[in-house]
Amino acid sequence: MIRQDEEMIVPEGWGFVETIDRRDFLRLTSTGLLVAFAVKPPDGALRPVWNFAEQQRTPPDFNAFLHIGANGRVTLFVGKIEMGQGIITGLPQIAAEQLNVPLERVDCVMGDTDLCPFDNGTFGSLSVWRLGPVLHAAAAEARAVLVQMASEKLGVPVAELTVKDGMVVSKSDPSKSASYGELTAGKKIERRYEGQAALDKVSEYTIIGKSYPRPDARAKVTGKAMYAGDMVPAGALHARVVRPPTHGAKITSVDTSAAEKVPGVRVVKDGDFVAVLHAHRDEADRALKLVKTTFAPSPSTLDHENIFAHLETVEVARRQAEAAGDVAAGEKGAAQVISAKYRKGYVAHSPMETHSAVASVAADGKVTVWAGTQTPFPLQTQVARALKLAPERVRIITPFVGGGFGGKSASQQAVEAARLAVATGTPVRVVWSREEEFFFDTFDPAAVITIRAGLNAAKRIVSWDSDIIGSGSRGAAMFYDVPNHRTMTKGGWSGNQGGMHPFAVGPWRAPGANANVWARESHIDTLATAAGMDPVEFRMLNLQNPRMRRVLETCAKKFGWTPKPGPSKRGFGVAIGEDAGTYVANMAEVKVDTTTGAIKVVRVVCAQDMGVVVNPEGATQQMEGCIMMGLGYTLAEEVRFKNGEVLDRNYGSYSLPKFSWMPRIETVILDSPDIPSQGGGEPAIVGMGAVIANAVFDATGVRITQLPMTPTRVKTALGKKG
Amino acid sequence: MKPIAFTLNGVARTVTVDENRDLLWVLRDDLGYTGTKFGCGASFCGACTVLLDGKEVRSCVTPMSRVAGKKVVTVEGLAQGDKLSPVQEAFVEHVGFQCGYCTSGMVISATALLEANPKPTRAQIIQGLERHLCRCGAHLRVVDAVESAAKKMAGGAK
Repeated sequence: MIRQDEEMIVPEGWGFVETIDRRDFLRLTSTGLLVAFAVKPPDGALRPVWNFAEQQRTPPDFNAFLHIGANGRVTLFVGKIEMGQGIITGLPQIAAEQLNVPLERVDCVMGDTDLCPFDNGTFGSLSVWRLGPVLHAAAAEARAVLVQMASEKLGVPVAELTVKDGMVVSKSDPSKSASYGELTAGKKIERRYEGQAALDKVSEYTIIGKSYPRPDARAKVTGKAMYAGDMVPAGALHARVVRPPTHGAKITSVDTSAAEKVPGVRVVKDGDFVAVLHAHRDEADRALKLVKTTFAPSPSTLDHENIFAHLETVEVARRQAEAAGDVAAGEKGAAQVISAKYRKGYVAHSPMETHSAVASVAADGKVTVWAGTQTPFPLQTQVARALKLAPERVRIITPFVGGGFGGKSASQQAVEAARLAVATGTPVRVVWSREEEFFFDTFDPAAVITIRAGLNAAKRIVSWDSDIIGSGSRGAAMFYDVPNHRTMTKGGWSGNQGGMHPFAVGPWRAPGANANVWARESHIDTLATAAGMDPVEFRMLNLQNPRMRRVLETCAKKFGWTPKPGPSKRGFGVAIGEDAGTYVANMAEVKVDTTTGAIKVVRVVCAQDMGVVVNPEGATQQMEGCIMMGLGYTLAEEVRFKNGEVLDRNYGSYSLPKFSWMPRIETVILDSPDIPSQGGGEPAIVGMGAVIANAVFDATGVRITQLPMTPTRVKTALGKKG
Repeated sequence: MKPIAFTLNGVARTVTVDENRDLLWVLRDDLGYTGTKFGCGASFCGACTVLLDGKEVRSCVTPMSRVAGKKVVTVEGLAQGDKLSPVQEAFVEHVGFQCGYCTSGMVISATALLEANPKPTRAQIIQGLERHLCRCGAHLRVVDAVESAAKKMAGGAK
């Protein structure tokens, strides 16, 4: 899979995630132009679970490489990973644009801790939004160096030179030219990105803003695309780890004697960590069933119904996320004050590829782990600690990742594979079963959100007091014109503060924002009804932010929204939000079967302002994916549990969105050349709960304040009304 | 353990295995065909779908005893050399995937669907893929791809 050019080795196919080894890397970068560039840490709000500061071995201003070789090919080395979101196309587009090279001349090596400089991880819609501008500037730096070198070589002043198609050419005499390859051949030039070189103007872009086919398409439709579980070093064994039946249960005895008698089975026991191994996965599965275990039961008495009362009473300190004015004083000026409590359950990430990893120990003791992970560098540290090795003795390689959605920010399976590879002295594959995936997932947390808002006689929102338990503050920032508001949070969307959740919780696509936007936009709709106003007009009356107004207007136009106060019986809903710097509006049409309680989402329109769009097709696919995924947490997905036991363990009882759920989907990306590229992987999902809940209210006159809106809940709510 | 003979992507194979073992793991672990994916192990998700005598089956619950003497086609067996099958081409053209993990099974099912019903309605395509799960939400593109493959294949057959 590695193609060898005259004097260097590059991965085959531009943008392809491939493995090249350290020796190849050194050969590749031994000559040519190498630019190192920096990514500033993102906002504190997006900081993930663990403390990266102590893990960061490389200086924080040294995050990625861009290399131009003697054959004129550009190679990006980035610690990001490809999990379906399409940065495999987007990042090379940015470099190709500024370097004036055809896109197919750009290769991309991703998520390999031996080859790529440190990266925190792939999450938060950060890759294009935060890495993109720096990559862009680094490409400008590289181009400036090449033009300077060409000037010296050709004897033409820099101002007289232009760049086209990987060539530096004299403007007045096109016969005077030098290719990037000629300029870098046999030289070793190292540059650090200084941020001085000028960028092209947005109006001059020829590659950014265009849609390109995905380089991984062919591999993915032919079964050749490799995921972590597809890596099979010689002699590799599958491992199945003995698990407790419930969260909080402790193993008291393990009897592996029957399993050990199965031909080809090996057993590893390391304290509580017990695994059975076999070359064939299904035979390892059978051997696992022969292991007899006893457990001390979980002390947990929580379940998916009593969890909400628990979250409200559990002692965890609140903190103020945002405040302005004086809420109490604001309420004095209100004609009506409306309160409501919103509840949502735990939701699984459930990527189609379960957590998978393959670990192998070389003769010199160096450990290589192929892992399906969103965070190869933090994982490298985690594995090194577990094995008591220096981090550089561990290499994480990230092949294609079969979906992440935040759930593969945690990668316990890779630690398990590495421990077992060391213990057995043979390569080990750990591919979680679907049941393990449902058990060890870092669920999107359950949440209880209470909002109390005041409306004055002029139909203006004069106070807003929100108390968020479980989902943190993402998506809750106040962008309506509310003079007096306050947002308090208790616990966040990850980290399980104060042990308030019975199992691990963590980032789930637009973490916390799905709950927070749903509660806020549901409440805004309730206020609109109280004001006797159309929900779009009510929002516009209380909204000055021009960017958000434009997004809402665009969405309404596309949808064909005509004003009518709710409930209009049309089944129309609206929701707006902001996520990862992108402004988004959703509108939906639903039909509610009042006999069964089933909600059919007929149509969803989504408009977003995401600044300069790098790849419109890719961005559109992310919006479509958000809409489909959003149907799940809105209509069906809720992890049920009792006394530490996860009751939903496979798709027989836990339903992901299906083909038949698909509404008519229409998307609009606003032309927004003056705003730099913002995040695109998550924004379109944040309004899905609200837009459907609001449409259900519009259809039925019933406000449902619990997600998911299962048929049973809808029926119950409709019954109460009647 | 007993020898089980079958055809894999047109090539005769014999494997000596416990006949209760499931086809998925024989394909992946014994024969190195990793294009067929493990997703749920209980026939819910469709990632492991292969063709058995032209009919789609969930290989994670298909014991080798059922495979004996039959023709198995996996995702690796659809292209003719470098030439993608019409369904594969349509998945590429319409980007009927994101992470790609469920894609093998969907491509296989779509192939079987169009074999059985060369002119499906959109509703029939949706029904045909209903038992396939995709977490990325590429559903719209997948249906577009299958619809377009049907049209192209109908055009080519005339």
